[in-house]
Amino acid sequence: MPKVLTVKHMARCIACYSCMLACARAVYGDYSPSHSAVQIRTRGGLQSKLAADVCIGCRDAPCAAACQAGALLPRPGGGVRFVRNKCSGCGACVEACVVRAIRLDTDGRAIVCIQCGTCTRFCPHDVLVMEESAADA
Amino acid sequence: MLDANTVRVLYIDLGRREWRVDERPELARYLGGVGVAAKLFTEGLVPDAEASAPEQPVVLGIGPLTTVFPLATKTAAVFRSPLTGEWGESYAGMRLAMALRFAGYDAVYLTGRAQRPVYLVVDRDGVSFKDARGLWGLDCEETGRCLREWEQGRGFRSIVRIGPAGERGVAFAGVNVDTVRHFGRLGLGAVMGAKNLKAMVVHGEKSIPIPDRRAYRAVYEEIHARAVDTEVMEKYHGLGTAGNVLSLNAMGALPTRNLRENRFEGAERISGEAFAQKTLIRKLACPGCPVGCIHVGLYRRSFAEGHEYESITLAYDYELIYALGSFLGLSEPGDVYALIEAVEALGLDAISSGVVLGWATEALEKGLIHTADLGAELRFGDLDGYLAALHGLVEQPTPLYAVLARGLHRATAELGGRDFACLLGNNEMAGYHTGYAFILGQTVGARHSHLCNAGYALDQEPGLGEDPEGVVDRLIAEEEWRNVLNSLGVCLFARNIYDPPTVVRTLNALGVPAGAEDLAQLGAEIFDLKLAAKKRMGFDLSHVTVPRRYFETSTLQGTLREDVLGDLLSRYRARIAARA
Ligand code: SF4
Ligand code: SF4
Ligand code: SF4
Repeated sequence: MPKVLTVKHMARCIACYSCMLACARAVYGDYSPSHSAVQIRTRGGLQSKLAADVCIGCRDAPCAAACQAGALLPRPGGGVRFVRNKCSGCGACVEACVVRAIRLDTDGRAIVCIQCGTCTRFCPHDVLVMEESAADA
Repeated sequence: MLDANTVRVLYIDLGRREWRVDERPELARYLGGVGVAAKLFTEGLVPDAEASAPEQPVVLGIGPLTTVFPLATKTAAVFRSPLTGEWGESYAGMRLAMALRFAGYDAVYLTGRAQRPVYLVVDRDGVSFKDARGLWGLDCEETGRCLREWEQGRGFRSIVRIGPAGERGVAFAGVNVDTVRHFGRLGLGAVMGAKNLKAMVVHGEKSIPIPDRRAYRAVYEEIHARAVDTEVMEKYHGLGTAGNVLSLNAMGALPTRNLRENRFEGAERISGEAFAQKTLIRKLACPGCPVGCIHVGLYRRSFAEGHEYESITLAYDYELIYALGSFLGLSEPGDVYALIEAVEALGLDAISSGVVLGWATEALEKGLIHTADLGAELRFGDLDGYLAALHGLVEQPTPLYAVLARGLHRATAELGGRDFACLLGNNEMAGYHTGYAFILGQTVGARHSHLCNAGYALDQEPGLGEDPEGVVDRLIAEEEWRNVLNSLGVCLFARNIYDPPTVVRTLNALGVPAGAEDLAQLGAEIFDLKLAAKKRMGFDLSHVTVPRRYFETSTLQGTLREDVLGDLLSRYRARIAARA
């Protein structure tokens, strides 16, 4: 089964944003870490714990079901494929996502995880990994 | 300067509450960072007015590599130093550089003085001036908490603020950046305080599309791999800079008890190893840095009988452990943390604070100053007096504290005792009593920092001691090259990754057409630019003196001789004179 992005060791995160920069660079062609499908957040200042807002790779992805433009397609193993030029920017997926992991970029198009695993290659502490989803294990 | 052809400068006038953005294409040849900031600063510098005068500019600059290449995380600040009266330059990490990049500014030029305390919100739409009367008087921590809650942009913003030390004009007040990093040294905090500028929130999450993805990704991935996979960066993510405590102690180069000694019997207990084993709870990184050198430890203390504890987390580094540990004879991590906590909250520079207190301890012993004027008893190894004195430096309850708050250069001019003041180039010393190259380097470096030219590293190279011309050559070459790195926005910990060929490739991948020779030329030009500005501010290398203390306490190279250092200094001066 194809693997999905998994937050494995959140407590090891150093907030280096390497994952965000990788996603922005490789998937969205942008220098800005705001244009990344994974978002590392503090829970209230840098002395607090960190959290990752990221697609959990749903089976029967509700975001895909909500997308009327045909831009989001369910992906085998979980999560979605994204056909960017079909995205109308309606924001239906943003509302539908069960973990609120989709945002719209400045052009009004979705920033959504496509389960490519690029971010995991740049994480120095294996916080993010690609794994088969628990349902398959 | 991601746009290779221009530099976008945000001009802010605090007195008039006005701002504008200017494109300065002619500055593109300075790349960014300290190059652009130095140039802008010299345009606005008023040599006849003191550092705290409203018209003096403060300039922040980021570089072409900022956030878009690994470890390009630093923002340069250039200002007139209230501590030395001349060249002020400082660097801070964490999110400021990223926030400026994606707000769309290469440099920020601040001038004027607000009528009442203000804080600024800077984003892609420009600047808002906001009332900071409610923040005035708050410490760095609480100021940060308020602004986190009041302002937007979580994750993509930076909160830059001063504490009470900056508000009250302590000449070595620092600036806190995102809780765990700082603009330290040379008193930028006091300059902000004099401008009635309590804080700045910079928020940037603008899209910047990558023009040539393929070329860019190839170079990015190679640098990232070198940063995480090789041993190049081991020193910084392992023990961090605190690993220096034991190595410098073993060399006989760890300044101890106001540099009366060069080894500390408590070194083991305040070593990087001890801090890590007993207190380290996590590491943090500046955005775009996979190394994560920021070591955060847990400081837990009992406040009452019966297992009543309070605890906070604090970032530690070698310089803090040296200045607030061995230099004051303190050998308990808890004591060092207590002073770090105070220095952080008050917004003081840790090195200058420790070195001032070390001097005061000895001055008290010698009868030069008196307990009554300090309201505290200062003794090496005794925390309580030092804690009280740190607050004294900021609150200035007695005239003596007001004098000490101006830094040791000015304080000893009034009180005497310069022989045992650990000053170099009128700045309190960094923690490396390694030998001639360190002393010469900090004395002659543009900002009188060990980081100008890394003399402490030369002292550790065998054989160089017999070659005075070689020492001078190397110091100048290093300072010139660091000017380039500091114009790119790169963290100096990554200097072994960013060698000249690599730098050229990163720039070319961004579409900046620079070759190795252009870079070398730029480094030299910035070097001269700073020298010229220093001269306008009254600095003259032939007037510098090196206190007696450096020749009394043995170093890694044994006991130093004044005539040998004098010879090095005159060779250095001759070399500088020949450049003009
Ligand atoms: S984007 Fe949200 S809804 Fe869609 S698959 Fe991922 S987690 Fe599920
Ligand atoms: S798996 Fe790919 S698309 Fe998803 S967050 Fe990581 S880099 Fe972005
Ligand atoms: S790359 Fe890893 S360590 Fe860095 S921010 Fe992302 S999850 Fe955290």
